[in-house]
Amino acid sequence: MAINTQALMAQLLVGLINGSFYALLSLGLAVIFGMLNIINFAHGALYMLGAFCAYFLLNIFGIGYWWALILAPLAVGLVGIVIERTMLQWLSGLDHLYGLLLTFGLVLIIQGIFLAYFGSSGLPYDIPDLLKGGTNLGFMFLPTYRAWVVVFSLAVCLATWFLIEKTRLGAYLRAATENPTLVRAFGINVPLMITLTYGLGVALAGLAGVLSAPINQVRPLMGADLIIVVFAVVVIGGMGSIMGSIVTGFMLGILEGLTKYFYPEASNTVVFIFMVLVLLIKPTGLTGRAA
Amino acid sequence: MTSITENADPRAVARSGTDQMIALAGMTLLFAVLPWTGIYPYFVMQALCFALFACAFNLLIGYGGLLSFGHAMFLGTAGYISGHAAKVWGVPPEIAILLGTAASTVLAVVTGFIAIRRQGIYFAMITLALSQLMYFIYVQAAFTHGEDGIQSIPQGKFLGFLDLSQAMVLYYVVLAIFLFGFLVIYRAINSPFGEVLKSIRENEQRAVSLGYRADQYKLLAFILSGALSGLAGATKAIVAQNASLTDVHWTMSGEVVLMVLLGGLGTVFGPVVGAFVIIAMQQYLAPFGQWVLVIQGVIFVVCVLAFRRGIVGEIAHYTRRSL
Repeated sequence: MAINTQALMAQLLVGLINGSFYALLSLGLAVIFGMLNIINFAHGALYMLGAFCAYFLLNIFGIGYWWALILAPLAVGLVGIVIERTMLQWLSGLDHLYGLLLTFGLVLIIQGIFLAYFGSSGLPYDIPDLLKGGTNLGFMFLPTYRAWVVVFSLAVCLATWFLIEKTRLGAYLRAATENPTLVRAFGINVPLMITLTYGLGVALAGLAGVLSAPINQVRPLMGADLIIVVFAVVVIGGMGSIMGSIVTGFMLGILEGLTKYFYPEASNTVVFIFMVLVLLIKPTGLTGRAA
Repeated sequence: MTSITENADPRAVARSGTDQMIALAGMTLLFAVLPWTGIYPYFVMQALCFALFACAFNLLIGYGGLLSFGHAMFLGTAGYISGHAAKVWGVPPEIAILLGTAASTVLAVVTGFIAIRRQGIYFAMITLALSQLMYFIYVQAAFTHGEDGIQSIPQGKFLGFLDLSQAMVLYYVVLAIFLFGFLVIYRAINSPFGEVLKSIRENEQRAVSLGYRADQYKLLAFILSGALSGLAGATKAIVAQNASLTDVHWTMSGEVVLMVLLGGLGTVFGPVVGAFVIIAMQQYLAPFGQWVLVIQGVIFVVCVLAFRRGIVGEIAHYTRRSL
């Protein structure tokens, strides 16, 4: 079979971009799960909220992409903090499954409101001027914006990894994950840390939403199908390690890109099939500790 | 840590048999006379199918403690297979329903074997992912007719002499199927199998140390739940005369969770009440379009935060009975 390098590379790039979103979202899920013991079903809806924030900023206030990159995650993080303080904190001590059920309810509410106002069609969001165009690398054409998404996501992922694994704040966080009571005894405000962790986790989802707005259009249901793939990514990678989430996210994006080229019929399902294989061979996930 | 079911009251267990028998007789009588009260029979039939679906789902979460977020795949698969069998192969309705149920049972064996390899939160995510896998397969498969679904499925004659195109005949056949499924579940949860299942939910390690193979019990519960969800889906396809992607979509998996949560997790009659409330709500609020989703979301949040026993669970709690 002759390989068309142009097309293969284009699909690999699409895979890398999807991988960036998988990594950003599964990273946030893992951080939240570590502290709150909750699987945040609302992650996809908050990703969508990030994209809509960017859209509103541009179309109502005339604030462009670069400010949106900062303001939208802040706004989504703030929404997350409100959700944690008003709802999720009351669930501590209950079965983990209640967190999943509550955040599923939030998905229906957030998505329903946006569907009622905007319908299911997509709203356009322009690529910022600075990142328009592309470069011809000889073997492929590289659109600047797409390259930016991959590089920037990778940088954010690594910064989050650094924050959690290498800083003092991260050390408190990891300690509080292991034994919250003991960390509280040292005078550290654990409930505040939990709230901020949830805020940070969903802010990452909001950031992914802004990044995806110029590529995927802004739609109320943009997060709905994505979050299920991200769940599969989390099952494959396990939620024990931050680096594991990042690597698994990018790896599965690439796997999906390759499938789009070699066997497009399976491109929607390849991540799920890979999940089944991993569960059959190594049930604890590729990097994960047992849950 | 509080377990997912708060509805097991030991004080009530001793007399639960009599209470539940009275409630069961009352429910049967109510459903038997319901079509004569002027209520639209197709509404009740649809609700009965969802009630069976919810009861099957409750067997898994309420008694096994396993939250499946992919149960729509059993409902939808059975619907597609029975619809295809009745329409394309031209088999009589009872065979179509059996084939649909069998297909879901096989699917439950395979997916159950994969999903029970992980527990708790992962189990929920795996079942959701598997059901999304099935969804994409049905989107692409030719026999499901994609977005259109299988339309105008013939109802035919049940067992050769019951003409299902007559509303009243169809109603009592559906009621009989519902009662059959309900009694199978009722028998299962009151059998030694059900007791072991509950003990695994409460403390898996201890059950294993007593010599029970927890995985086998969980798998069996999953298969039984999947099979009965299939029975509900196959019956629903014959009643509604169509099978579509809606029934395999993850929103359907969420809907059955909501029915059981609202009615009362781990109660015998809760899922039936929950299913009727949600289906009635969808019927009456249909003009509000997308706001129905928002209202369902609000019910979800309120149930989880303040109403974890559900409707029947609260009644059982205040009357100190096990329902």
